[in-house]
Amino acid sequence: MTEVRPEPTSDPVVDAHLVVERSRFQLDLKLRIDAGEVVGLLGPNGAGKTTALRALAGLQPLTAGHVTLAGADVDRTDRRVWTPAERRPIGVVFQDYLLFPHLNAIDNVAFGLRRHGMDRRTARRVATTWLARVGLGEHARHKPRQLSGGQAQRVALARALAVHPALLLLDEPLAALDARTRLETRAELHRHLTEHDGATLLVTHDPLDALVLADRLIIIEDGRMVQEGDAATITAQPRTDYVARLVGLNLYRGTAEGRTVRIDDRFALAVADPTQGDVFVAFPPSAVALHPHQPDGSPRNTWPAVITGMQRHGDNLRVQLDGPIGVAADITPAAAAHLHLIPGRSVWVAVKAAETRAYPADTRNQGFRPTPP
Amino acid sequence: MVRAVRQDAVARSEVATPPSRRTQRIPAPLLLPAIAGLAFLVLPLAGLVIRTPWASLPQRLGESGALTALRLSLQTATIATLVCLMLGVPLAWLLARVEFVGRRAVRALVTVPLVLPPVVGGVALLLVFGRKGVLGAWLDATFGFTLPFTTTGVVVAEAFVAMPFLVIAVEGALRGADDRYEEAAATLGAGRWTTFTHVTLPLVAPGVAAGAVLCWARALGEFGATITFAGNYPGITQTMPLAVYQTMEGGDLDGAVVLSLILLTVSVTILAALRDKWITSA
Amino acid sequence: MTTRGIRTAVAALIALALAALAACGNSDDNAGPGPVTATSGAVTGTVTVFAAASLTGSFTQIGKDFEAANPGSKVTFNFAGSPALATQINEGAPADVFASAAPKNMQTVTDAGNGDGAPTTFVKNQLVIAVPRSNPDGIKGLADLAKPGVKVALCTEQVPCGAAAKKALATANVKITPVTLEQDVKAALSKVRLGEVDAALVYRTDVKAAASDVDGIEFPESANAINEYPIIVLKNAPNRAGAQAFVTLVLSDKGKTVLTQAGFQSP
Repeated sequence: MTEVRPEPTSDPVVDAHLVVERSRFQLDLKLRIDAGEVVGLLGPNGAGKTTALRALAGLQPLTAGHVTLAGADVDRTDRRVWTPAERRPIGVVFQDYLLFPHLNAIDNVAFGLRRHGMDRRTARRVATTWLARVGLGEHARHKPRQLSGGQAQRVALARALAVHPALLLLDEPLAALDARTRLETRAELHRHLTEHDGATLLVTHDPLDALVLADRLIIIEDGRMVQEGDAATITAQPRTDYVARLVGLNLYRGTAEGRTVRIDDRFALAVADPTQGDVFVAFPPSAVALHPHQPDGSPRNTWPAVITGMQRHGDNLRVQLDGPIGVAADITPAAAAHLHLIPGRSVWVAVKAAETRAYPADTRNQGFRPTPP
Repeated sequence: MVRAVRQDAVARSEVATPPSRRTQRIPAPLLLPAIAGLAFLVLPLAGLVIRTPWASLPQRLGESGALTALRLSLQTATIATLVCLMLGVPLAWLLARVEFVGRRAVRALVTVPLVLPPVVGGVALLLVFGRKGVLGAWLDATFGFTLPFTTTGVVVAEAFVAMPFLVIAVEGALRGADDRYEEAAATLGAGRWTTFTHVTLPLVAPGVAAGAVLCWARALGEFGATITFAGNYPGITQTMPLAVYQTMEGGDLDGAVVLSLILLTVSVTILAALRDKWITSA
Repeated sequence: MTTRGIRTAVAALIALALAALAACGNSDDNAGPGPVTATSGAVTGTVTVFAAASLTGSFTQIGKDFEAANPGSKVTFNFAGSPALATQINEGAPADVFASAAPKNMQTVTDAGNGDGAPTTFVKNQLVIAVPRSNPDGIKGLADLAKPGVKVALCTEQVPCGAAAKKALATANVKITPVTLEQDVKAALSKVRLGEVDAALVYRTDVKAAASDVDGIEFPESANAINEYPIIVLKNAPNRAGAQAFVTLVLSDKGKTVLTQAGFQSP
């Protein structure tokens, strides 16, 4: 995201503390979104992203906490305030779009407008304008089953935006699309989100969505926020295994003394930046080199390892290795063939200190276990 | 991923039998009982057609009694179906969507008219709505109006026996419907009633239509409850089934066959036209 | 399994099912198919009697007397409207005896050649006005039935009771519009008992049988529409000896007593 986020000049559109308790799961998330801001909620499956979205929409009541939209409490458990979804200033784009099958595109988009009191003719006119804005002018009379995935997604977006919601909620809006459509639709979605002057919450598990569409990211795991910030910071300095895997980095946590980071009593890494105390160390799989024997020369991080798995990864092979630390390496197929790399084989791993990054960890992040991507 | 799946399907279809050859290999354990079932249903009807006194048919058809009974039957069955729709659809919604104490008992109660012999149903209706009935006595005292021996009484009797068909069909349709559309409607500002009329009902419309057709057919053929509760008088309460029965009881078998044939032809025509329409509209 | 194999299996199953049904159907007849005249002249076996609905009470009693006099015998009844019974007999229903509420329906049976010999008239029945107990509407005659607000149940014209009612009303020159036309006299009477109608034209015997619930109002015009009840043994009776014995009992003094007590008149 290269947009400059405007300084908040008024109260946030969304101010919430979402606490939802279920038998095996608890969501506890504080959230604040300003007008014009797009916040991405990113996390693995079961993290609570959809629960959070549904709680904001009014489809899931809170166990505790509150939701304040556009300055008004819509859910406040200690004061027994509850506004149902139909009276909240929201617009939702669902993962399966949920376009009404018995209505054509125009009537789908006009649905919300009609419910908000607009007469049929005006609603149809406004809906037509919106359909043109998303580039579906000639599909106005088509029923949802006659639309492709990408077209349906755009109608769903138009339907949600047409009611001018103070808060726009998007639940994995591109998940149901194939790769190529996703690319095009993402770019268009970015354009619409920029034009939308309300707050936006985008729930996704695709880091590319987050990177392109969101101003700010909240990483959620097991119902709790584990990291927050803009995309650049998070991807450069992941604090959780999940994010590290998302962005494709090897991530470890240890204690730093200058340029050495002690991972555990038997292993330490040499890093480029001098730091002190509790730190994360990250390096990409492309920085990992494999040798048949112990290499001599510059790399100061070398250790023996055993190959545990290999998969194709784009044009390269991603090799999983077990050793004093688990690590993932990207190797060209040619090099792999040359080295006779097969699972079970012992090799030597080498990582240049210059290609590593170390940065301070947060005591917020407990229970972190390093796992190669 | 999508491309790979598509290729797989193409490969599979090239190996499997093309449709035209496949239909010739309908499994015998299915085909034979199906044919037996069809014969079981069709043979009695064929018997009626064969036994029809074709020679005297035109003159019998002209008898005003037959047409009056037919008109009454069609009117009462249609009104009874409308009553069932107005009362049955909300009941079905209650059973399908609201969790309340005793829901299972209520659902069982709804099917009682199916199990009850229609004559017993008629007696039960008399006990409630008859001149000395629990509610009927009050109706008589307050409005001077009773249901027995009136066309309204016929509608009540028909609605009583036919409603379970509608409720069960609509409840099934509602259960099968995706309630996420209702959530979507709520997020767009639709209240519960608006969601029901603008989203839920259109989605289950085919199921409601099928239930209404069944309901109408059952109401049209209703006999026992009608004759017990509403009585038998031409033009007012003598529906076609009652006319057939009276003709039979009067010893006129041929006459009864003719009336039955008329009822059969009219109802099969209407049902065939309707069901097709509702089934093929995807 | 081949198609032919399946066809054979299904055919065998159907044959088995039919055989089982036939066996079931006959299992009631535990005393054996044909009549057996025992040495004392007593009859055994089942006697099937088709009788008009108005004979329900009296014939049931006569049937019990018959079974007492003929140990090992059983009398089963089919009480219904006379025209329906006639149709059933002509269509081949297995009956031994037919007792009709009017000569017309008996003629239907004898004209079709299903009667054995000539029918005998054994009782007569007369119409009365049945009203709820203690005559709340103060009905005194046919003319009162035509008053507005009085709900009357009649039998349909096609059954003897209804034909008699039509005749009687014509004689009295009274035109009433009934609220319902019932298929047999018992159904008309039950409408009075239930309180759904204020009056019905039924037989004296029906009112007598329901004396606790209804009162009967005599009217002079009923004399013009008396129903004669004929009885006959049927030609294809499965139990001819039993049939003849039953008819003999009906015509005997014993039978006459039962019938007169029920309210019938001697022929």
